[in-house]
Amino acid sequence: MTWTWFHRLGSPPYIYGLATRLTPWFAWPAALLIIGGLWGGLVLAPADYQQGDGFRIIYVHAPSAWMSLMVYTTMAIAAAVGLIWRIKVAHAVAASCAPIGASFTFAALVTGALWGQPMWGTYWEWDPRLTSELILLFLYLGYMGLRAGLEDTQRADRASAVLAVVGVVNVPIIHYSVTWWNSLHQAPSVMRLAKPTMAASMLVPLLMMLLGFTLFFGAVLLVRLRGEVLNRERSASWIREIVST
Amino acid sequence: MSHFFEMGGYAVFVWPAYAVTLAAIVLNVVWARRALARSREDARRRLGVRGEGP
Repeated sequence: MTWTWFHRLGSPPYIYGLATRLTPWFAWPAALLIIGGLWGGLVLAPADYQQGDGFRIIYVHAPSAWMSLMVYTTMAIAAAVGLIWRIKVAHAVAASCAPIGASFTFAALVTGALWGQPMWGTYWEWDPRLTSELILLFLYLGYMGLRAGLEDTQRADRASAVLAVVGVVNVPIIHYSVTWWNSLHQAPSVMRLAKPTMAASMLVPLLMMLLGFTLFFGAVLLVRLRGEVLNRERSASWIREIVST
Repeated sequence: MSHFFEMGGYAVFVWPAYAVTLAAIVLNVVWARRALARSREDARRRLGVRGEGP
């Protein structure tokens, strides 16, 4: 097994160029999938027999919630790789993840509240799923606050990486909270081992949104990553070429 | 058409939910591009390079 690809991925100029080239390959499919998913979810899918048109919140709530967990997991893995192998690019990936994850965690909480009011009769309940998701938002904000508070990028990378890695215990807690405790929140209907419990006309737009959001994360991550790579390089000649062109 | 916007009586919950999520998408694009532009500007100043980049 050759490890050259691994070394190349640690090289800032290579990563910068790769991120620039790859961005449209994530952005355009993401845009098409999200537009298609919105059309399918808002127009083509039939109203739910219990929740009527209120169920359509699922097409923005579930992808946002998925993003909140997937982005955090990516951030924690990147942070761990950065800590263990001292790879700057890995720290740059982790730092790029946080604002993306925080914004979608916020969206997941707000859309969940807007769904909770008509279906459960309350915007908010100190329920295991809701509370652990709120803690996730605080983890993201704590991570960003910690980074903002440390002037030296290397120190910020190491300190925030420890926080990201420790906080990852919250991810399985959020996912399994609806099975471990008696929660208001419904059990998973797509992210489960058995077959999903939805009709195809409702499920396909949801899968398009989930994939579209995931690719969107890739595109935004790549743009942010370029900035974070630049921030970590001091007087490297390759940067001179990039910023002067 | 107005039937569509009424969302079976759930309009006050459905449309704000979509608005918040689409705002998150748009803001992520804006913020990411702004962050990259700032990093490029910082790098340019740090290295004393002149010129306008894309």
